[in-house]
Amino acid sequence: MAKHPTPLLDQLESGPWPSFVSDLKALAEHRAKTADTANYQIPVDVADDILGVLELTYKHGQTHWKHGGIVGVFGYGGGVIGRYCDAPDQFPGVAHFHTMRVSQPGGKFYTSKYLREICDLWDLRGSGITNMHGSTGDIIFLGTTTPQLEEIFFELTHKMNQDLGGSGSNLRTPSDCIGAARCEYACYDTQALCFQLTNDYQDELHRPAFPYKFKFKFDGCPNCCVASIARADMSFIGTWRDDIRIDQEAVQAYIGGEFLPNGGAHKDRDWGKFDIKKEVIDLCPTECMWMEGKKLKIDSKECNRCMHCINVMPRALRIGEDKGLSILVGAKAPILDGAQMGSLLVPFVKVEEPYDEIKEVIEKIWDWWMEEGKNRERLGELMKRQGFQKLLEVTGIAPDPRHVKEPRSNPYIFWKEEEVEGGWTRDINQFRKQHLR
Amino acid sequence: MAFISSGYDPKEPMKNRITDIGPRKYDEFYPPVIAKNKGKWLYHEILKPGVLVHVAESGDKIFSIRVGGARLMSTLLIREICEIADKHCSGYVRWTTRNNVEFMVDDEKKVEPLLKDLAGRKFKGGSFKFPVGGTGAGVTNIVHTQGWIHCHTPATDASGPVKATMDVLFEDFQKMRLPAQLRVSLACCLNMCGAVHCSDIAILGYHRKPPMLDHEYLDKMCEIPLAIAACPTAAIKPAKMEVGGQKVNSVAVNNERCMFCGNCYTMCPAMPLADKEGDGIVIMAGGKVSNRISPPKFSKVVVAFIENEPPRWPKTTQVIKKMVDVYAQDARKYERLGEWAERIGWERFFEKCEIPFTHHLIDDFRDPAYYTWRQTSQFKF
Repeated sequence: MAKHPTPLLDQLESGPWPSFVSDLKALAEHRAKTADTANYQIPVDVADDILGVLELTYKHGQTHWKHGGIVGVFGYGGGVIGRYCDAPDQFPGVAHFHTMRVSQPGGKFYTSKYLREICDLWDLRGSGITNMHGSTGDIIFLGTTTPQLEEIFFELTHKMNQDLGGSGSNLRTPSDCIGAARCEYACYDTQALCFQLTNDYQDELHRPAFPYKFKFKFDGCPNCCVASIARADMSFIGTWRDDIRIDQEAVQAYIGGEFLPNGGAHKDRDWGKFDIKKEVIDLCPTECMWMEGKKLKIDSKECNRCMHCINVMPRALRIGEDKGLSILVGAKAPILDGAQMGSLLVPFVKVEEPYDEIKEVIEKIWDWWMEEGKNRERLGELMKRQGFQKLLEVTGIAPDPRHVKEPRSNPYIFWKEEEVEGGWTRDINQFRKQHLR
Repeated sequence: MAFISSGYDPKEPMKNRITDIGPRKYDEFYPPVIAKNKGKWLYHEILKPGVLVHVAESGDKIFSIRVGGARLMSTLLIREICEIADKHCSGYVRWTTRNNVEFMVDDEKKVEPLLKDLAGRKFKGGSFKFPVGGTGAGVTNIVHTQGWIHCHTPATDASGPVKATMDVLFEDFQKMRLPAQLRVSLACCLNMCGAVHCSDIAILGYHRKPPMLDHEYLDKMCEIPLAIAACPTAAIKPAKMEVGGQKVNSVAVNNERCMFCGNCYTMCPAMPLADKEGDGIVIMAGGKVSNRISPPKFSKVVVAFIENEPPRWPKTTQVIKKMVDVYAQDARKYERLGEWAERIGWERFFEKCEIPFTHHLIDDFRDPAYYTWRQTSQFKF
């Protein structure tokens, strides 16, 4: 028998899509059944009470979680988010319901052994409720009490060789796409770079010293599966600068219908016979492809590497061999001054251990942002406030037409005195000798 | 329940303390075929919805079975995933960036038994535990935020609307009939932990009432200058208020200037915004993050407000379903929803999707607004 009736939530149990309500109910039942033997370190009925408080929220149309609460583990300023219920008497099981962010492995690959260790720890010391995963990428432990925080951290670090992730005004847990591990489009090893930078910047990740949050995301190619260009203060997007590799026989196999376009992504509808002109050549944004007899030709110098042709014919076309990444900076969600997409700063850099060239750009940007950024000002907003020129100045990067979509359409250039011959100091009396008042 | 110590000694927190060790290294968890062929993959193919094969230079293959699910997940369900991984995949499993789970096997013969096993697993309430799909030109899992389950600022729930939406779009999760992939995302307030602002379809929680002011407690709970500085439209100023005959320091809000972002509440818990009638959902459409063919795009607001309708948000899911169906029918192969809307023109988009156009949809927020007005005589009747 459920502790709280949940007539509204019950309606989310039907339908084909996996029901989180059914899952939570099963957990609540399981905890009640195992209460005598499991030594649960937080209230047994935590899953019942989360269902209860959510049901009440569905009735009220307003959240029942209080604002904030400063809790954490000793020496870290992030990784734990305090959360308290605003109806603790009705739902004592979730009166204290803090979140812990656990730094996820690259590519989100796991072994069942590791996941079971995570589950054992979280069943004993927490609610048994998780997010797999949070928006930034961490494994999220959803709901525990203050006394358990250090215990969990101790077990994570001592028994599982596992650290917490970031929260607050610090480097948030970086995340990556599956990359070279299982994708033929990867232009660099996203997991290797993500892992190295995450470890090199542990201090920035755990001890908030920034004006606001800061995100790194690593996309292996311009398809941008981790959406770095939309949401990372610094996005690292794989690219290449030589020729797309062409297998002409495979091109013919696509034309002949032996290979399905786009890896078979359109299988459930009859789009007619594959037409390389209509589906590839005419959709190329730079018009740099054509057929010469039975041969597909690409003027690689004119290609802007949008990936369309490669996506459509992965067995015929491959990314080039001179690979690296582009760095775009300043992306963020709308709050406060409107959404910003990442802006191109470094068109190309080779990705070579120990990644000094990349780290140099990162650290110069941090120096500037930490010096000039206002409280809760994201990098993108600072860029808008002080200008792209300032960003080039602090990073020592030379201006390049690739930095802009188009040159400015107003001539209001903030010339610097040293750029103007003779400087700005002039003699008005000298001027008047030739120009009467 | 007796307290069980992990070994941590609260009297000596620094004793044997381990810090700054970071995440586990990715390659500890690679299936052998991944470890062997990393960086040497040749191509991939979607054998059927939810089933991918990647082929390496060595001739090795890896078959990935993608299943959708709620990102809010119990340890019970994770243990079941482990059991499946042990039974079929030598104990390996992974998650995608869009909250799907992928079971990977190295032999085509292992695919069908795995699919059969997955299809048979259902929750008590009847829903699938592991629906296979989310590949190619279809709808994949929704990325989303916490919502009412755990957050202090939401204007809507996350898990509920996501479940309701995916039920409505379920056929397109398991099929690949669309012109291109279609990404749906949800953020329960405009803090947008989910960064939904570049999705084909975005569901966004939004407040519509200015903050209430808890004058009696405001100065005790908040740094007033921080609350004032937090407002992007300078709508908040310091004010002396009288509470029970006592003068207290507090703030005043110019309601006309409020854009309901909730940034003040983030800085000051004595300024709550949430409200049953005020809160609801904004629908945005036409964004993308891929650089394929056209550059990445922001999503645009196409429905200014739909009230919260727990538990199943029928008006919200109806608008979404209609958009997906019209897009499916009308767009050209490879065209993303935003590219389609731009080609036919937004005036045509609203007409075809039968969405009324209201003044709320015209940008009036700062300079970028001007660039969204129509500065040409080219338009369609």
